[in-house]
Amino acid sequence: MREIDAGRITEVVRRLCIEANCHLPQDMKNQIEACRAREGWAPAKEILDRIVDNYRAADSGNVPICQDTGMACVFLKVGQEVHVAGDIAGAVNEGVRQGYGEGYLRKSVVRDPLDRVNTGDNTPAMIYYELVPGDRLEITVAPKGFGSENMSQIKMLKPSDGLQGVKDFVVKVVEEAGPNPCPPIVVGVGIGGTFDKAAYLAKRALMRSVDSRNAVPFYAQLEEELLERINALGIGPQGFGGRTTALAVNIEQCPTHIAGLPVAVNINCHVTRHMTEVL
Amino acid sequence: MPVSITTPLSREQARNLKAGDSCLISGVIYTARDTAHKRLCELAEQGKELPIDVKDATIYYVGPTPARPGQAIGSAGPTTSYRMDAYSPLLISLGETGMIGKGKRGPEVVAAMKEHGAVYFGAIGGCGALLGQCVRKAEIVAYEDLGAEAIRRLEVENFPVIVVIDSQGNNLYETGRKAYLESL
Repeated sequence: MREIDAGRITEVVRRLCIEANCHLPQDMKNQIEACRAREGWAPAKEILDRIVDNYRAADSGNVPICQDTGMACVFLKVGQEVHVAGDIAGAVNEGVRQGYGEGYLRKSVVRDPLDRVNTGDNTPAMIYYELVPGDRLEITVAPKGFGSENMSQIKMLKPSDGLQGVKDFVVKVVEEAGPNPCPPIVVGVGIGGTFDKAAYLAKRALMRSVDSRNAVPFYAQLEEELLERINALGIGPQGFGGRTTALAVNIEQCPTHIAGLPVAVNINCHVTRHMTEVL
Repeated sequence: MPVSITTPLSREQARNLKAGDSCLISGVIYTARDTAHKRLCELAEQGKELPIDVKDATIYYVGPTPARPGQAIGSAGPTTSYRMDAYSPLLISLGETGMIGKGKRGPEVVAAMKEHGAVYFGAIGGCGALLGQCVRKAEIVAYEDLGAEAIRRLEVENFPVIVVIDSQGNNLYETGRKAYLESL
């Protein structure tokens, strides 16, 4: 067994919360700039110019890219041969507390969905655990804004709805969201599994870089086709019209029941942030 | 060329703005989100005095990040506006003339805008680092307990916005998308 002190998890989470909020990942920057070069509609191009100016200002000033510094979604891939000395969840939450405090990030979490009292330190994090072979611990911090989260949907389709049903549902969710989730967006899609698993897959799809495609050629092609259909809607950057409605569609799929075809669509904005470190 | 606007914004000035106009706002604007709106409307319904003067006021839907030492404000971009739809008609009837946010508005808000003369501006969502640079001064004037959601009085200079819905009900989300699709 390899032992990792919980304090090291706190330190990594603290740092990743701050860095992920101030520095957009390179794959997102490349994709935004490629879409800007392809955008033929002048008002849309102007919005994309400002979006580029904004992440550059955030980079140089160490200022959060967006004021919604999100709920801290923390994905832990824990090697089966790792023993963490201490409380893992406690260590993650302490990292969030320190990162959101020291990084001048917004505290956006309420302790109860109905009494709505702010916890004051952005805890608790949403923690997703996965046990994997090996002796490493991979930590991904993804601050998730709620302007886009609120536009996400899930649907239990019938098997007879098939591929066409899946495509139509994904496009419908994006069209209904319109200008609300700060387009250009990244669309995470989870297909299969159970009700909750589909939603988890959609969230995990957003962790994949926007320049990668699904490893299965059928789904890689579906990602491309859906992106084309979404960018034919004309919603455009900020919803003011244009080609660039989405930067990428990422799909994750999973076996499912003979009676079901769950599809979840998790929307993220042009500030799709995530940062990973391995201990 | 963008239209320069200095707040307070009169009903007449609000009526002169058209959907699609780019504007640069300078002067005082107030921040408020869901809970602050709820509290303002509860006071108004009880006939009590509001902590800010909403007559000819522009309200910006934003919860900024904390300012670092030496900064007026942190990152400060717009939040999604539909969550304020339940409250905006009352505030517009009391004199609010400008709203800054992003995303769609409900028919009840547009009806109040047409009736009284008010305008809905969009700021670029997700560009809080840039927009925060246009804020010269920020101070909390009410509901400090709400943290990021407290009402702040902001002094802004050349704050960039686009008129999304004007006082005639014209909507850039509809006309912009249509114009783009027709250009293909």
